[in-house]
Amino acid sequence: MENRLSYTLYLADSALILSHRNSEWTGHGPVLEQDIAISNIALDLIGQARNFYDYAARQINQSGLNDPATEDSLAYLRDVPEFKNCLLAELPRGDWAVTILRQFFFSAYQTLLFEKLQHSGVDDLAAIAEKSLKEATYHLRWSSEWVIRLGDGTQESRSRILDALDQLWMYTGELLEPAHYELAAAVEGYGPDPATLKETWLEKIQEVFEEAVLPVPGNEWMQTGGKTGKHTEHLGQLLAEMQFMQRAYPGCEW
Amino acid sequence: MIRSEHITIEKVRQILEQVTDPEIPVLSIIDLGILRDIRINGSGLELILTPTYSGCPAMDTIRIQTRMVLLQNGIYGVKITTLLSPAWTTDWMTESGKEKLRAFGIAPPNSKQQVCDTKLFHEEEAIQCPHCRSYKTRLISQFGSTACKALYQCNDCREPFDYFKCH
Repeated sequence: MENRLSYTLYLADSALILSHRNSEWTGHGPVLEQDIAISNIALDLIGQARNFYDYAARQINQSGLNDPATEDSLAYLRDVPEFKNCLLAELPRGDWAVTILRQFFFSAYQTLLFEKLQHSGVDDLAAIAEKSLKEATYHLRWSSEWVIRLGDGTQESRSRILDALDQLWMYTGELLEPAHYELAAAVEGYGPDPATLKETWLEKIQEVFEEAVLPVPGNEWMQTGGKTGKHTEHLGQLLAEMQFMQRAYPGCEW
Repeated sequence: MIRSEHITIEKVRQILEQVTDPEIPVLSIIDLGILRDIRINGSGLELILTPTYSGCPAMDTIRIQTRMVLLQNGIYGVKITTLLSPAWTTDWMTESGKEKLRAFGIAPPNSKQQVCDTKLFHEEEAIQCPHCRSYKTRLISQFGSTACKALYQCNDCREPFDYFKCH
């Protein structure tokens, strides 16, 4: 129960935090169509997060051990160490190249994860994955095409996405390195061991990077910790903004 | 609460024809294919709805509107259950729904289901312009004014239009 709840929260938190980062572009995108696209992706992610939080809240309430939870209390009333999102999701949005490359790394991971998770032994997780997979596939195609445009585009776009690659690569390892609750999920048959997705994930990166004329970095040191609540300073700043209303006016409703 | 002898599934379906998508007011929840089931049993009426997209903000409005419309017909205490699996697909949209979309200026999803795959710069089958019916159209953006639509432009009549993309 403890492991399954952690696993569900990890999936929810990663979607929510990346959704929030992407939503920072709303009204500020480089061109109108892409402003709309990144906002649409943010919306899909927040929908996924809500479904996962809803399932997490039901687990908590059925156990009767903790205070009753709702999708809102899980999103708005937990603190930094309780969040289990991957570090990649919480990094500042940076410029368009950082946002695009992060989305590409994440969507490549999410599509592989959901392909497996839709066969989860837990019906709730399987249903959310089945629903989300179609959305993640659109995100992956869109971000892949943008990685190619930027990498194989102008001198400026190329230098920006190379910088983004420098910044982001060391946060990708965490996606594919299992946390203790992911190992439990694999043993109990309700989620894949992320290490088994690694090879296919790398193949996707190579395929797109080849088109984009970008180098695939070698085996470098990877920063981990987010999945077990050890975050960068950026998450605290993000939560301070995202949770402001509920913290300042507890229980306020729209 | 309702007394089951006074209400039939057919009657409920008729009432629910009035519940439309707030973003695409010509389509009812029946046209969209998101009303999956109507159940009447001893404890009352239960409706099974499935969302189009996980984060579609229209779903909340649709649930409220559903209760309102039923209330106006004297049916209250309705249970609305959200079902995620099987996941909604544009294949479930009715033919009359697709015609209404076209008349409204939105290209309906292609009848040949083209679910998005990850092939790079993959060309979709031609989308017909809802205004001049030309097939010479081009994709402007995979993501349009709402999550369910893509933005296209017609090369013949030059009009931009929304395409309700396959899902």
